[in-house]
Amino acid sequence: MQLLTNRSKVVVNKEMTLMEKLYIPAIFGGMMITIKHLFRKKVTIQYPEQKREFSKVYRGKHILKRDEQGRENCTACGLCAVSCPAEAITMVAAERKKGEEHLYREEKYAANYEINMLRCIFCGLCEEACPKDAIYLTEELMPANYDRSNFIYGKDKLVQPLGTSAHPKTYKPYTK
Amino acid sequence: MEILLFDKIFLIVIVFAVSLVIALYSTLAERKVSAFLQDRIGPNRAGTFGLLQPVADGVKFFFKEDIIPSHADKALYILGPSISMITALMTSAVIPWGTYITFSGRQVAMQIADINIGILYVFAVVSIGVYGIMIGGWGSNNKFSLLGALRASSQMISYEIAMGLSIISIVMMTGSMSLGEIVSQQHGMDWNIFYQPVGFLIFCTCAFAECNRTPFDLPECEAELVGGYHTEYSSMKLGLYLFSEYINIFISSAIMSAMFFGGYNFPFMDQIASPNLVSIIGVFVFFAKIIFFIFFFMWVRWTIPRFRYDQLMKLGWKYLIPLALANIVITGTVMLIKYQFFN
Repeated sequence: MQLLTNRSKVVVNKEMTLMEKLYIPAIFGGMMITIKHLFRKKVTIQYPEQKREFSKVYRGKHILKRDEQGRENCTACGLCAVSCPAEAITMVAAERKKGEEHLYREEKYAANYEINMLRCIFCGLCEEACPKDAIYLTEELMPANYDRSNFIYGKDKLVQPLGTSAHPKTYKPYTK
Repeated sequence: MEILLFDKIFLIVIVFAVSLVIALYSTLAERKVSAFLQDRIGPNRAGTFGLLQPVADGVKFFFKEDIIPSHADKALYILGPSISMITALMTSAVIPWGTYITFSGRQVAMQIADINIGILYVFAVVSIGVYGIMIGGWGSNNKFSLLGALRASSQMISYEIAMGLSIISIVMMTGSMSLGEIVSQQHGMDWNIFYQPVGFLIFCTCAFAECNRTPFDLPECEAELVGGYHTEYSSMKLGLYLFSEYINIFISSAIMSAMFFGGYNFPFMDQIASPNLVSIIGVFVFFAKIIFFIFFFMWVRWTIPRFRYDQLMKLGWKYLIPLALANIVITGTVMLIKYQFFN
């Protein structure tokens, strides 16, 4: 067989020599290794005070974006729901009435938009499917909850709050 | 006489308190050392550097429900941890913590009792300590406890022989069994380790086995015996068992540093004029040695895996006992030659 690396060793069940039987050199060697670790840099992250930096492409809680004038981008086309492999997204479309132009960017909007966070696998395909730059996955973590029903996120939890700004192309959590 | 009694009681209280405090902080030190050896930080939430952690642990032990299993023998069940704790604390009576302190015309010895069979006393008390584990394991009326207790007793009995034999060569060299005498003969840098390195190695190995420490912690190995002899114990009774282990480590470290590393003796102690100052520095030197050995116990624990049971017995009976016997013979021969030709 062709070896892929040179790291493999042939194991031989040979008799131990006297030096090996004494164990003392081996024990001493082991203790030297552990004492070196005493002075190493610790890897612990002191969680509540210190937080681990996320990867640039981390996919967390979803956000439904608004445009610069504070109008919702989503037109309830349903491409995100179609693309969703976990079938977590449902929506109800509605027609924009007169006088609602400052709320919705186009004539059609999502009256009801729900993501079941227990089904969602955070793959980000909804984000890729969206033609209107409406849905993004932010760096925010999903909080735990005691009740399954609380994991169905409606528009109240998903839509970007008014008066906040974040570049739609960044994954950074939006700031108020 | 009354003043002497007062001195002794004062000393007993101090030694008692110090060994308890050291054992208390050994539990924190163990967790810190294990954490540091594994590149972690260890407990640091209760107080600065986790200094209040042992207190929190103790409080937790006291507030836990104290369960006595209905099938257990109640008297033996309670007796077990008591014996462990009492014997662990009794051993410190013969350890010489320092020389003498002279104040207002009196000499106060810093040793509770300098009995002429000091080291035998230590062995006697330590072997009673095995009963604590045996009785506790037997009285729990549980398979795992019983197996743990059996292991503990057979392990301790077999290692006590080698331990006793390794001491004999020291006793031969010193000509005394009194710990005070053994320590005072190692004046300055004239420590026994330079004459008896093999004896020290045997004694150290056996001390690990006597204290149930890794690599000889078979009586309480979690892998196959749940908790070993203290499987059924809860609350402060469990606390006493765990605590007596740390006191035993402290006492073993004290005896190792007294027997082989000169106890309170330190180099250049003759250059210091004031005997009181020498004595006080001596106490600190002794404690520094003890703390190093406690660290050594922990260092070994987090380095070496546990022995298998047959390996343990093989090491005890087939290697350590013959080695200790050979050590006695060689020491005797060398002493005889020295006596015959160089005196």
